[in-house]
Amino acid sequence: MTDFTPTEMMTIAAARQLTNKDVCFVGIGAPSAACNVARLTHAPDITLIYESGTIGTAPEVLPLSIGDGELCETALTTVAVPEMFRYWLQGGRISIGFLGAAQLDRFGNINTTVIGDYHHPKVRLPGGGGAPEIATSCGEIYITLKQATRSMVEKIDFYTSFGHGDGGDHRQRLGITTKGPTLLITDLAIWRPDPDSKEFVVHSLHRGVTRDMVQETCGWRVRFADSLDETPAPTTLELETLRDLQARTAAAHSGGRRAA
Amino acid sequence: MNKFVPLSQAVRENLNDGDVVAFEGFTHLIPHAAAHEAIRQGRKDLTLIRMTPDIIYDQMIGMGMAKKVVFSYAGNPGVGLLRRMRDAIENQYPRGIETVEHSHSAMAQAYEAGAAGLPLAVFRGYKGADLPKVNPAIQSITCPYTGEELATVPSHRPDVTFIHAQKASARGDILIEGIIGVQKEAALAARRVVVTVEEVVPDFKGLHPNLCILPHWTVNAVAVVPGGAHPSYTHGYYARDNATYLEWDAISADRERFAAWMEEHVMQATPDAFAERVQGL
Repeated sequence: MTDFTPTEMMTIAAARQLTNKDVCFVGIGAPSAACNVARLTHAPDITLIYESGTIGTAPEVLPLSIGDGELCETALTTVAVPEMFRYWLQGGRISIGFLGAAQLDRFGNINTTVIGDYHHPKVRLPGGGGAPEIATSCGEIYITLKQATRSMVEKIDFYTSFGHGDGGDHRQRLGITTKGPTLLITDLAIWRPDPDSKEFVVHSLHRGVTRDMVQETCGWRVRFADSLDETPAPTTLELETLRDLQARTAAAHSGGRRAA
Repeated sequence: MNKFVPLSQAVRENLNDGDVVAFEGFTHLIPHAAAHEAIRQGRKDLTLIRMTPDIIYDQMIGMGMAKKVVFSYAGNPGVGLLRRMRDAIENQYPRGIETVEHSHSAMAQAYEAGAAGLPLAVFRGYKGADLPKVNPAIQSITCPYTGEELATVPSHRPDVTFIHAQKASARGDILIEGIIGVQKEAALAARRVVVTVEEVVPDFKGLHPNLCILPHWTVNAVAVVPGGAHPSYTHGYYARDNATYLEWDAISADRERFAAWMEEHVMQATPDAFAERVQGL
């Protein structure tokens, strides 16, 4: 394939990490695009779950919200929201939670609540929604976001959802039994936590990306793995699948009113 | 007693100044028409409960009707932030509001506990999160059997819950299908229940046997308002008007534009307008 954008590379790199046997709790935005590209390419049997209660959904277009009718119409079944959080999430039936972030630190802690002081915020963000419990109840957590120094920060302003806390065995000390963040996919690189410190380490740079580019867009001092890979560029199939999905989505959302 | 009343009467008889009220709907079946009627009637000092306080609470907050909002995700779904709610939190415009913030899991289970007549919900949640530091309602309990520490939140017990549904039977039984959200729990947790519906059918014979969520004797009032969820959607009737959600971002960004929009589309409108708004969706 000829050319691709960093965001397309991010979405496709994230999609590749998902498999047919995964049961994935999908956040809206980039996670939703990645999960559906996986479903439409190499992982047709992946189970996608959205917090509106839809289980095993296969949307033709990406939902604007987590509760679009498309999700229910294409789902295996739709359960009530309390059941979703109690039986399916808290019950330990979801292998991967896929989250985005407004602010992220090196240990995978996420803030989507406020910038500044909680009681006198500089910016009031939407809040956590399902994320506080997704972060601790799913088997493991994948995170995806575009790199920027204002979003990848040394210290987040608010712990909306807990990653590895201060690192090391902090999760276990709080009685959390799930793995937490095991993967971070940005528009520049693929990161995995150090097995001991749990700090995210860059393992693969996307094509054309340098170490300096990763550091310049990250608010903490970046660690790179000893052997650094290059993320394979998107294939024609991957890129066409993503672009077709986004074109269908744009057409569906711009009108609101169905074409005759 | 006839449960079928005009929406204006249903709101007047069931929603009072100072009430704790839930207008529920998880993206689907959001009771916009009922919320607009409450705005027209100018109710004050409301405590608004909702998992996802989207456009309708943004409108109520922007009109100065809310003193407190209990919520878990304050965004315009898929679009961005709630700009009137932010203006109230960040700048106390048009008045300051108190916020009580939870996670979705906590909110859903607080409704469920309310419906079950329990004083609290118990769940495995909030571990490592900062919300318990800023919301004193979030507490914990030790399991007497395993010793595990579990989170607790007080149950929701609204004075009144408003929901929108597909169908009512002639007796006032309520049917919902599709994304069923948390409406059954929110209704059964409340002291009074008001439902707007797309249509009335004689009975539910021949339909799927699990679709009736509320028997008529759990409902105080039913108002027939076709299109009453717009720009949200009603599964089987009309689709979500995503373009309107996108437009709201610009309307709500500006105080004057918001006020003008509310005057034209809410204050000077009637519930009948909703049927036209969903034409072609």
